[in-house]
Amino acid sequence: MNFSGYDTTGFFDELIAGNGRPHPAARPLVQDIERLPPGELQLRQQAAERALIQAGITFNVYNDNQGVEKTLPFDLIPRIIGGAEWARIDRGLVQRITALNLFINDLYHDQKIVKDGVVPREIIASSKGFRRECLGWKPPRGIWCHITGTDLVRHRDGQLYVLEDNLRCPSGVSYVLENRSLMKKLFPEVFSAARVRPVSQYPHKLRDLLEYLAPDSVTAPRVVLLTPGMYNSAYFEHSFLAQQMGIELVEGGDLVVHDGYVWMRTTQGFERVDVIYRRIDDDFLDPETFRPDSLLGVPGLMKVYQAGNVALANAPGTGVADDKVVYAYVPRIIKYYLGEEALIPNVPTYLCSEEKDLAYVLDHLPELVVKAANESGGYGMLVGPHATAAALAEFREKIRAQPRNYIAQPTLSLSRVPTICGDLLEGRHVDLRPYILYGKDVFVLPGGLTRVALRRGSLVVNSSQGGGSKDTWVLARGNTPVDEEAEALTTSGSAPREEGSSC
Amino acid sequence: MLSRVADSTCWMGRYVERAENVARFVDVNLNLMLDSPSGLEQQWQPLIQTTGDDESFARRYGAATRENVIHFLTFDPENPNSILSCLRSARENARSIREIISSEMWEQINRFYLMVREAAANPPRDQGEHGFYTAVKEASHLFEGLAEATLMRNEAWHFLRLGRMLERADKTSRILDVKYFILLRSVADVGTPFDDIQWAAVLRSASAFEMYRKRHGRLSPEGVVQFLLLDPEFPRAIRFCLNSARDSLHAISATPLDSFKHPPERLLGQLCSDLAYASVKEIVQHGLHEYLDDLQTRMNRVSQGVFDTFFARRMPESGKKSTLHRHGQ
Repeated sequence: MNFSGYDTTGFFDELIAGNGRPHPAARPLVQDIERLPPGELQLRQQAAERALIQAGITFNVYNDNQGVEKTLPFDLIPRIIGGAEWARIDRGLVQRITALNLFINDLYHDQKIVKDGVVPREIIASSKGFRRECLGWKPPRGIWCHITGTDLVRHRDGQLYVLEDNLRCPSGVSYVLENRSLMKKLFPEVFSAARVRPVSQYPHKLRDLLEYLAPDSVTAPRVVLLTPGMYNSAYFEHSFLAQQMGIELVEGGDLVVHDGYVWMRTTQGFERVDVIYRRIDDDFLDPETFRPDSLLGVPGLMKVYQAGNVALANAPGTGVADDKVVYAYVPRIIKYYLGEEALIPNVPTYLCSEEKDLAYVLDHLPELVVKAANESGGYGMLVGPHATAAALAEFREKIRAQPRNYIAQPTLSLSRVPTICGDLLEGRHVDLRPYILYGKDVFVLPGGLTRVALRRGSLVVNSSQGGGSKDTWVLARGNTPVDEEAEALTTSGSAPREEGSSC
Repeated sequence: MLSRVADSTCWMGRYVERAENVARFVDVNLNLMLDSPSGLEQQWQPLIQTTGDDESFARRYGAATRENVIHFLTFDPENPNSILSCLRSARENARSIREIISSEMWEQINRFYLMVREAAANPPRDQGEHGFYTAVKEASHLFEGLAEATLMRNEAWHFLRLGRMLERADKTSRILDVKYFILLRSVADVGTPFDDIQWAAVLRSASAFEMYRKRHGRLSPEGVVQFLLLDPEFPRAIRFCLNSARDSLHAISATPLDSFKHPPERLLGQLCSDLAYASVKEIVQHGLHEYLDDLQTRMNRVSQGVFDTFFARRMPESGKKSTLHRHGQ
């Protein structure tokens, strides 16, 4: 297979520059692929798919008569990020999560940012993720959001933007680790040449972080991962992380609150739990504090948490900063707390709650992407250029009825990565979710989940809608003699063309 | 370890063992049919009795034929004890404790399940049948071997062995019960070559034929009962299985073998003692069937006791601090 007929017209391609030559960081990989005998790449692709099925690396899909378990399609061609560019991403993400943690803490205490008029009070008050129960709480070590998976996208101009901050229970990191271990088996020769930075330290870092949160009186903390159970779509990840960290994977029914502590039911009686990495939403954590009908959580858990006898990661209440309207304020939030400009910009965002923006959105609906403020996973979303007249009309009504609940953004032209499509390599749109751990210090995993829209022209990378994933290679710095960044950026502006479905 | 996890571990072991035993029964019967003199009825009904599902079978299938018995025992998704159903349950249990078992064990049980599911979609025929049942047995052995080679000898391993050994003891007792009853029914056959073939088949379905020869030499009904019921060294003999289960139970609660801490330890300890001092002559005189019936009831009580002691959900009792402790203390 070779890249000779590969078309990059109209989009930024992560591997191949506008002149048809690979970006410097991608050169060894491209050469290696082109050297493979005919059919070899497809054989390795099939081997990868078989390996995923045999290892049972699956997620659960509901309402699907094919059965409840599916593998996340995996494409062999990795996305590659040069060392210098990654250093900038790393700094930008550290800056953002630092500011967001200060912001959340402020909201639940003095609300200075509101009093200073930087973020309107009604935006906070009307956010579904704002938990009045959390007012005045002091989470262990003063950290609210410990684990973050920020979604980044690259536009045609070569610029990376933050698309979403996932501050509640971001998932997908298990695929980062599993994809890497597959790639090492299938392309060992390229790895040694390319100097790819490892990702396998993630579980250690996560465990260190979780232990750091334990109450001071505890010397050897008992850490558990709380899952909704094996029918949850992310169950594989929950069990994988628990296994890799060597901690117990528990369900709500395994835990019980007694005498001011959380205990787990074991064969030898009850054992105390000090730190809970919870992978269930705030709403379901504790039926005594949040949703009373929740069967997944642990009655009384929040009281133990408030008393400082158990730590939760992430802390309840972080969802307020995950609100898509609040998102629009993040550059101002960074400026307010850190006095700095945002290193990674936001996608320009129109707030339907503001009159001028609302008028613009209603006039330009067919060009815009509209998102509901409190949804995630691609729900409650309108992609203007792809929408039917009926869908546009429906959203117009919804926006008019509840302007606070909607934001709109220009349709970005997501960058692409070569992807194996039958016997050809074709460009497919991708996004990137790096993972950030906030503990004693802030750690950004050098890599991330590259999700890819496998259908031609599609911009939807969600696994429920034809999305797959790729390995993400972050290279060690000083890897190539050429200044990789400079070349990558100068070749990115190749005659943009409004072709296909741009987003 | 978590009660829920211990429960799943125990059942995972049971289901894999159950699948293996069903494969043994079917395979040996297939082989036996090849040795049957023409004109004799094919013996498929006893197989259903061996797994204890005769009622559900009769209701859904009527008369036992080669085809419907094989389907019922192997691929019928509605029979909870078919090989396919056992593997599905074993894998579901394994999936819920994936972080407890080794990756090697998980991948093996996953491959095992996929292999059986694939066979269910394209059922093997003729010479393929034997190959399939052999593959099931081997997959189970591989799983057991991986558990031996990759798990720490911690609670998980002991609960796994407990489940496996209780299941194996149960299946060996059933095969002995059913076959003994049938074999001794036609007294005229005793001592004929046909009888030897049947007795050899009983032993083969427990992979016991060669080991029996080493231990007892000549085939005799009492020798077979002695070997499958009371042998302390043959790994599929009931006594061996129950001794292993007892060892694991005591390891879990750290109780010396000559005492007990909870009801299942007491019940199982008594059972093991009885087997240690039993005489095969007396057992046969008083009726093997009655003896095995009682044995199965007692083994069921052990299983129920294990559930009540380790898996059942309880609430902590205030003031009873001994049940609440920090780990490592």
